[in-house]
Amino acid sequence: MSEYRAPLRDMRFVMEELCGLEQISQLPGCEDATPDVVQAILEEGGKFATEVLSPLNRVGDQEGCRWEDGRVITPNGWKEAYQQFREAGWTAVACDPEYGGQGLPKLVSTAVMELWKSANMAFSLCPMLTQGAIEALMLCGTDRQKQRYLPKMVSGEWTGTMNLTEPQAGSDLSAVRTRAEPIGDGRYKLFGQKIFITYGEHEMSDNIVHLVLARLPDAPEGVKGISLFVVPKYLVNEDGSLGARNDVRCVSIEHKLGIHASPTCVLAFGDQGGAIGELVGEPNKGLQYMFIMMNEARFAVGMEGLALAERAYQQALAYAQERIQGYEVGEKSSERVPILKHPDVRRMLLRIKAHTEAMRAMNYHVAAAFDLARHHPDEKVRQRSQAYVELMIPVVKGWCTERAVEMTSLNIQVHGGMGFVEETGAAQHFRDARITPIYEGTTAIQANDLIGRKIARNGGMVAQGLAQEMEKTVVELRATGDAALGRIATRLEAGIAALRKGVEFIVANYQSNPKSAHASSVPLLELFGIVCGGWHMARAALVAHQRLSQGDTADPRFYQGKRDTARFYADHILPHATALAETVVDGAEVTVAFTDEAFALGM
Amino acid sequence: MKILVPVKRVVDYNVKIRVKPDGSGVDTANVKMSMNPFDEIAVEEAVRLKEKGVASEVVAVSAGVAACQETLRTALALGADRAILVNTEVELQPLAVAKLLAALVAKESPQLVIMGKQAIDDDANQTGQMLAALLNWPQATFASKVEVDTGAQTVTVTREIDGGLETLKMALPAVITTDLRLNEPRFASLPNIMKAKKKPLDTVTPEALGVDVTPRIRTLKVEEPPKRQGGVKVADVDELIAKLKNEAKVI
Repeated sequence: MSEYRAPLRDMRFVMEELCGLEQISQLPGCEDATPDVVQAILEEGGKFATEVLSPLNRVGDQEGCRWEDGRVITPNGWKEAYQQFREAGWTAVACDPEYGGQGLPKLVSTAVMELWKSANMAFSLCPMLTQGAIEALMLCGTDRQKQRYLPKMVSGEWTGTMNLTEPQAGSDLSAVRTRAEPIGDGRYKLFGQKIFITYGEHEMSDNIVHLVLARLPDAPEGVKGISLFVVPKYLVNEDGSLGARNDVRCVSIEHKLGIHASPTCVLAFGDQGGAIGELVGEPNKGLQYMFIMMNEARFAVGMEGLALAERAYQQALAYAQERIQGYEVGEKSSERVPILKHPDVRRMLLRIKAHTEAMRAMNYHVAAAFDLARHHPDEKVRQRSQAYVELMIPVVKGWCTERAVEMTSLNIQVHGGMGFVEETGAAQHFRDARITPIYEGTTAIQANDLIGRKIARNGGMVAQGLAQEMEKTVVELRATGDAALGRIATRLEAGIAALRKGVEFIVANYQSNPKSAHASSVPLLELFGIVCGGWHMARAALVAHQRLSQGDTADPRFYQGKRDTARFYADHILPHATALAETVVDGAEVTVAFTDEAFALGM
Repeated sequence: MKILVPVKRVVDYNVKIRVKPDGSGVDTANVKMSMNPFDEIAVEEAVRLKEKGVASEVVAVSAGVAACQETLRTALALGADRAILVNTEVELQPLAVAKLLAALVAKESPQLVIMGKQAIDDDANQTGQMLAALLNWPQATFASKVEVDTGAQTVTVTREIDGGLETLKMALPAVITTDLRLNEPRFASLPNIMKAKKKPLDTVTPEALGVDVTPRIRTLKVEEPPKRQGGVKVADVDELIAKLKNEAKVI
């Protein structure tokens, strides 16, 4: 078992040298986020993650949550850790200062979020869901609703949830059946059942603010008839104090493959006369609001992919350094060596490391674009950044989470048989990772979003524009005249060509041949992720090369490592882009044509 | 009452120490640096005294290179009110630091100096004692409990000694050095980290304080401790005693 240590050096490199933290901190509203303050924040956050959250990760996995007569009991230490977490002000990182938040840029809150998710993913879901609920209220709540709920949620005294899913309405939310009936005083009574509600019930906070999708009487069928409601666990009096227990109850919790410490609740609304709620925003626009918020939520789950890969890397590395087994191949020595010396263990470690660093660079870069889209004085920059964010969200979510499953699995592989037994703790990360390509929209849903709204709708313009941006890096790499960077350039160039080919296929087929476009969507998403990751690693290699050749670093070992990790990525991961482009273009045909009967033949 | 808290920037306790290849010292290039853990306890104690209304101001002090400002910012984030850096590139030894602190005490007139009993890098355990001697103030080292009586202008300190606890009562002003069990330092909160940037941090030089910080001791060589040899299993108590007597020669 290894405790988590915040990768502060790489975080700093990515933020300062790849994502322009300095420039972000000059945007209006971001002035507090100077590099020295950000470093202090990450150091202190890292300390909290290592000392408080990380030691509870295993406890949470082993104990899990218990349901007792409507109450949910979280694992030992959870409540105390949450109290420390909110007292230290970590619930307020990204929130609006008007309601008690620190208003830090997305780039900073993203790095902070990585800390919690690596240290203890199951814990991190509580503040993450609260953040989502805060954003929903910020976006469409009335002033009165904001005054009533936000200060307590920002301070973490109250937590929040998102109630979307119902047994018959999972990926297809248009099937939501929970209903809301007006009671005459502007409020509503809600009736229905919601499932998969993360932290839907617990006793870590004084109140839980549920945001619930439901239908008004006479609402139109389907997606256009769903509204958003706020339904607190305890009703809130006019003076802000807590009133009666509302008619929303946790009737059971799920038994899951992973994230055992995060209570996944079935919530019953209105079993005893109706749960009192208020409409949030305009009637029938609930799903529209959800879509605006989904960017943030999907990005956060993409961050889970990165965070778990980082955790897996740290554990795999610690084990590989310590486990003595076998002799070093090609050496005459009869001394047994740590498995780190074995070429394939090195390959596996580098595979995790390269992916982790690529994901970090990609995700932070998108986070910085969130800030530019929000705060940059130039309208054109704001629009361009927003388009980039929109394009990248399904890639961040879909690619990072799928890779996290592979990376946490590789961690088990490095451990060999010891990884398959629970005692080493390697299995937990694998089990925890498995939900990430599923919730907040499965990988296929992300891929649909990518090929439809993000590519086909604009004729592939945004994606091709990104490819063009990447090609500039190829030119810069070649201009150095360095052989290693030249090879990275060649691989990246081939990757970009593959990406362009894939995008063209989608644009050509989305309308005329939608089944083919959809059959190729997930391979395209993977191709997209691989090439974006490769681009960011190439940018990192370029910075490292400049630092090393100009000799303006006191830290040459870090930059050499960075450059070589980028080389590994280019040689081992980027070449798959070309193969995937062939699958995207040629592979859809058989998937679509395969007969339904043929699936069952052979049994 | 004003409290002065000296804090030292040291290699983080999690970092595996590497000796420079030429044996001239410990390699600190690109190594994570943090506040000496005993000094963190001193900051915590001072801040608690302020929260109790005993102290009115907590001033953190560090001596060394410009990067010590980061350590001072940490102290400010933990609750110190302002900070002073004595900026010098010279390698500082305990006596030089004690003299610098004595000069600052003359300027700031604190009633109490609370500092770590030793730093985890050189483990010298001297600065507090030297400072008390230079100031001719009473001292209580290795404190595990501190109680200030503002009316009587005294401080009662429980200190951990071999074989038990000793309780001392001193007249203020005084020097206290902290032991591990005095308190458990808090985590700096996010709002306080943000505020720390805006708190005053002054810089002075040894020359301005009139202190000669030239090292009095020369480091000849720094080397790794010898590698530990593997142990052996003994069959019974008799064999163990025989080994302790004949091989280890400790009994």
